[in-house]
Amino acid sequence: MKYLSQITLILAVSFLGELLGHLLPLPIPGSIYGLTIMFILLLTGVIKLSQVKKTGDLLLSLMPIMFVAPGVGLIEKFDACAEFIVPILITATLSTFVVMAVSGCVTDALIKFQSKKEQADNAK
Amino acid sequence: MLNNIASNTPFFGAFLTAVIFLIALKLQKKFRLAILNPLLVSCTVIIVFLIAAGIDPDIFIYGRLTADGKYDGTGAALFQVMLTPTTVCLAIPLYEKLSYLKKYPLAILGGIASGAVVSMGSVFAISRIFSLSREQYVTLLPKSITTAIGMGVSEEFGGIVPVTVAVIVLTGIVGNIIASGVVRLFRIKHPVAVGVACGTAAHAIGTSRAREFGEIEEAMSGLSIAVCGIITVILMPLFTAIPI
Repeated sequence: MKYLSQITLILAVSFLGELLGHLLPLPIPGSIYGLTIMFILLLTGVIKLSQVKKTGDLLLSLMPIMFVAPGVGLIEKFDACAEFIVPILITATLSTFVVMAVSGCVTDALIKFQSKKEQADNAK
Repeated sequence: MLNNIASNTPFFGAFLTAVIFLIALKLQKKFRLAILNPLLVSCTVIIVFLIAAGIDPDIFIYGRLTADGKYDGTGAALFQVMLTPTTVCLAIPLYEKLSYLKKYPLAILGGIASGAVVSMGSVFAISRIFSLSREQYVTLLPKSITTAIGMGVSEEFGGIVPVTVAVIVLTGIVGNIIASGVVRLFRIKHPVAVGVACGTAAHAIGTSRAREFGEIEEAMSGLSIAVCGIITVILMPLFTAIPI
């Protein structure tokens, strides 16, 4: 019963998110609306953490395996990619490396800056 | 022979996915090498196996072909259909780590925005270097955002949607593999920054890696998928307006 009520809540929010994604004319997928709805429901206390936590943890722990199908599916996309495979590979590797480094370093630096500023403010 | 068994037995694809992933996880635990990334190992082993055994990839992905010409859904995609509910559940770690979001909103937003701009800027540079067509440039632009948003964006601005999907998945897998290396190389210390890096560069596939770093990393990575996707959508008209 516990799992049934948890999965029902999660599916209800998923459905609501997908419905919004279908109705609103924005290029934002249902899953992102769903994430936002779930976040708001948790914030407002309409859904309590304990009502979704166990099933949520199970789903999140299975997340990597959900990407095996699209990963294997890449072999069927090879023909479509063949025409500009070199820039595609450079984009997926080099660009990803740079984006990860920049976003991580900028966040890290901004956090350090904020902490230092707070320290200085406290010292005053 | 093998193709015959696979084509006529439900759960061939789902079972193969689970068992190969489990073995790949054990391998990584034993040898602790970044290249033994479970997702990369599973996909490679399965692709090689399918080709060697002459099994139709669609059977593996979508399941057994039934008499009315439809797949029964018991392939590897059995796991994939849970992706939307799982993305919804990313709100849970985010809610649990709310104090970090409240404490560092500017650092998080700044990190994600810089990543999104660098992602699109680098695609522009690569497209220029290889003199890609406008269609090819637009195809690559949404490469670091989640597939569902990326597909929509690619279609709207005249990209080649299946190639966009391929680039996004490939980007995610690469991000999943290089995450620990990038974090060490650039001495990214704060768990919030590690999470932002994973989610911004490699969307949900990066987030599944961020989860292995810790709960704060997972929460921030999940947040970054949504924010990076939305920033990219907003920046698309700007980047597609530049003549290529």
